Amino acid sequence: MDWKRFSFIALIITVLFGVVVMIGQVKQPPLLIITSMLATTIAVATPLTLGALSGVFCERAGVVNIGIEGMMLTAAFFGWLGGIYMYHIFGFTPAVSITLGVFFAILTGGLMSLLHAVLSITFKVDQIIGGTVINILAVGLTGFLNRQLFFGKGSVFGGSVPGSPGVLPTIHVPLTELFTSICGSSAACLQNVQAINRVFDQKPIAISAILLVFLSHYILFNTRWGLRTRAVGEHPKAADTVGINVVKMRYANVIIGGMFAGLAGAYFTIESVPSFEPLLTNGRGFISLAAMIFGNWTPIGAWAAALVFGASQAMLINMQIYRDVIPPAWSFLQESYIVGLTPYILTMIILTGIIGKTTPPAADGVPYEK
Amino acid sequence: MSESKIVLEAKGITKQFPGVLANDNVNFDLRKGEIHALLGENGAGKSTLMNLLYGLHNPDKGEISVNGKIATILSPKDSIALGIGMVHQHFMLIPVFTVAENVMLGDETVKNGSLDRATVAAKITEISKQYGLDVDPNALVGPLPVGIQQRVEIVKTLYRNAEIVILDEPTAVLTPQEAEDLFRIMRDLTARGVSIIFITHKLKEVLAIADRITVMRAGRVINTVNPSETDSAQLANMMVGRQVILTVDKKDHEAEQEILKVEGISVRDQRDLETVHNVSFTVRGGEVLGIAGVQGNGQTELSEALTGLRSPTSGKVTIDGKDLTGKSPRVITEAGLGHIPEDRQRHGLVLSYSVADNMALCDYYHAPFSSRGVIQPKALDENSRRLISAFDVRTPSPFVNAGKLSGGNQQKVIVARELSRNVKLVIANQPTRGLDVGSIEYIHGEIIKMRDRGVAVLLISAELDEIMALSDRIAVMYRGQIVAIVDAKKTTREQLGLWMAGAQVQAA
Repeated sequence: MDWKRFSFIALIITVLFGVVVMIGQVKQPPLLIITSMLATTIAVATPLTLGALSGVFCERAGVVNIGIEGMMLTAAFFGWLGGIYMYHIFGFTPAVSITLGVFFAILTGGLMSLLHAVLSITFKVDQIIGGTVINILAVGLTGFLNRQLFFGKGSVFGGSVPGSPGVLPTIHVPLTELFTSICGSSAACLQNVQAINRVFDQKPIAISAILLVFLSHYILFNTRWGLRTRAVGEHPKAADTVGINVVKMRYANVIIGGMFAGLAGAYFTIESVPSFEPLLTNGRGFISLAAMIFGNWTPIGAWAAALVFGASQAMLINMQIYRDVIPPAWSFLQESYIVGLTPYILTMIILTGIIGKTTPPAADGVPYEK
Repeated sequence: MSESKIVLEAKGITKQFPGVLANDNVNFDLRKGEIHALLGENGAGKSTLMNLLYGLHNPDKGEISVNGKIATILSPKDSIALGIGMVHQHFMLIPVFTVAENVMLGDETVKNGSLDRATVAAKITEISKQYGLDVDPNALVGPLPVGIQQRVEIVKTLYRNAEIVILDEPTAVLTPQEAEDLFRIMRDLTARGVSIIFITHKLKEVLAIADRITVMRAGRVINTVNPSETDSAQLANMMVGRQVILTVDKKDHEAEQEILKVEGISVRDQRDLETVHNVSFTVRGGEVLGIAGVQGNGQTELSEALTGLRSPTSGKVTIDGKDLTGKSPRVITEAGLGHIPEDRQRHGLVLSYSVADNMALCDYYHAPFSSRGVIQPKALDENSRRLISAFDVRTPSPFVNAGKLSGGNQQKVIVARELSRNVKLVIANQPTRGLDVGSIEYIHGEIIKMRDRGVAVLLISAELDEIMALSDRIAVMYRGQIVAIVDAKKTTREQLGLWMAGAQVQAA
């Protein structure tokens, strides 16, 4: 990641935030708008960040993974279903049920990527086709089971979707409490602190995503595991000649990647909203891949790129709030589908390479033959 | 020397690959502190034997012992543990890693879970000093010159305490000076008790440096000899299995009018870096202009620009007075170019097409091969049968896919197609790379025949011997520029080697 890329990211985020602030300032003070935008950005960037990390691990080890979308979707379904089962059938408390749900999601992601690993590493199937198979399988499997389990004749839950055990709670960072005494009696000061506090009050998966970004970066570039992972993705034969088991390293990394995608899936049905609907990932697995590429296959870079997409989604959400105060000259912003295009347009701009070309690992997508 | 103990012994090694018996009851031994050359043509089984010793493949039969004990080598891990190191012909280095990262890979030093780069760097510096292998542990490997990359490979084996080092065709990518340097390093290593297996097909080198020479042919060991008791001719005879003429028989030939004229062309490669800067030269009918140079000094881009595969960014190319700058390959071919491309499998042939189809690739679209837009199989068939016999292509039939032929025969298909047409200019880029001595002999003969017929020949080759043997004039390319053009009779190997390494041209 070079300065050019980071400044592009900073510029886009500033513009997206700026537009909302300019429109919304008649209703809300700018600080409140910015902090609320930031909080949303971080939250909605979570699945993109985790999806991009998933891609980073797979592709750094030399396996192209376009099945992240499918892995997320399947994990979202099974995580949610697992939570419901634990809650309704096994009678666990909601807290235990949703925690187990998260584990089911991670497990599902891992299993889906195991399938991808078997196809692409053992059977040397074209990795794009392998990934496509996973995406198609995910849509079919989740759609079918969703219908059969909840709405079919004689379905387990008798034709209706039972109440979910809920979503993961927000973890409150006690900034406001800390600053109350410093602010003294100034109400404005307290209000500002409360506004800033919102940025830090995130849910567990969002927080772990950020921690995982830095952890992954460290692992990839400073540990034995990372060195070997990158070696099998750059020049597997060289790794083989120094006694590294290429197949094992690739399997392990693809499965780790799948577990990241699984956690991303859990975000949708266990952290964001307590429900599942067919196709709910809505292309975010693919946007994750764009973030990974724009981030030059590095965790921190991919996270920065994911934040851009997060910001454009946050803009879309916030625009709804200020819909009635959009000036007539900017009336096109009232059409949510126009604003909603932003992430996709950004994806295309980024992938053209105008902002500088990125280099994938040299053996990315190439099966290893001895 | 004969008193030294045997550190490695292979007995009765047999390895069968689908369709080939790559090693047939091979016996080989290596003594402590010696340089044992393994000589043979491509496909003779040298690399297979080494891959078996290094654990990349496993033998079907036979046993390997190291330091007198029978060893089971199932993977490189085992051979590394036994003190065997190998420098592969195509370097096993990761360009985006530093020297230290490459060296430690697979044998990492870790402190508190983190790679301990400082300790590794210190150890590399120590090895560098001890063996005179100057490398910077913190440099990225990608941009390093090949000679230095090779040192990194050697350091890699020493870092793992290798006492037996296998060098697979180590001089193929080096300038003569770099090769000299490598030989010095090899002697330093043996002086310190390291034993070296030196794989090559270059006769001069083995005679210069080896303590013993083992010659392999068609999967078998032919003989093991001492260099003092043999000579090039005898070795070549053993390698090929018949008498070989090592020199090209070439009569003087008067050069005629100018055919190819290149004026100040510059070319950019796919990374958009300018790799050919302002190059000018001419080739006349009836002469061979050889372009010498270490690989990667712009020869590839130059030949692509001349043959229409890449557009020059500036300058002018004319063939027989016709401006063909930046024209398509078809236009240039029709103007009288025969092109033997550098990469025969990617640019020379369609591997999944038959020999007959490949032989008509340049003019399939007009008579007699096409009639009103329809291919005439009969004409293709006749053409290919004629060329197959004229150019001695060994193929079961004209309908066999080109990909099924051996390298030498694939090259003959290209040579047949390109030289059988009515050409004025032949551009031959690495025409004999990777071929056996017999095919080399044949192709050299064909090139000289073209020259004697008055065709202009531009020969690009990284093999200095080939350049010296065929050329009437020699141009040396270094970092995208022609640094010298000399009469082939008035220069020496050493002088060309110096220019190839970037020495300034003294006023001649």
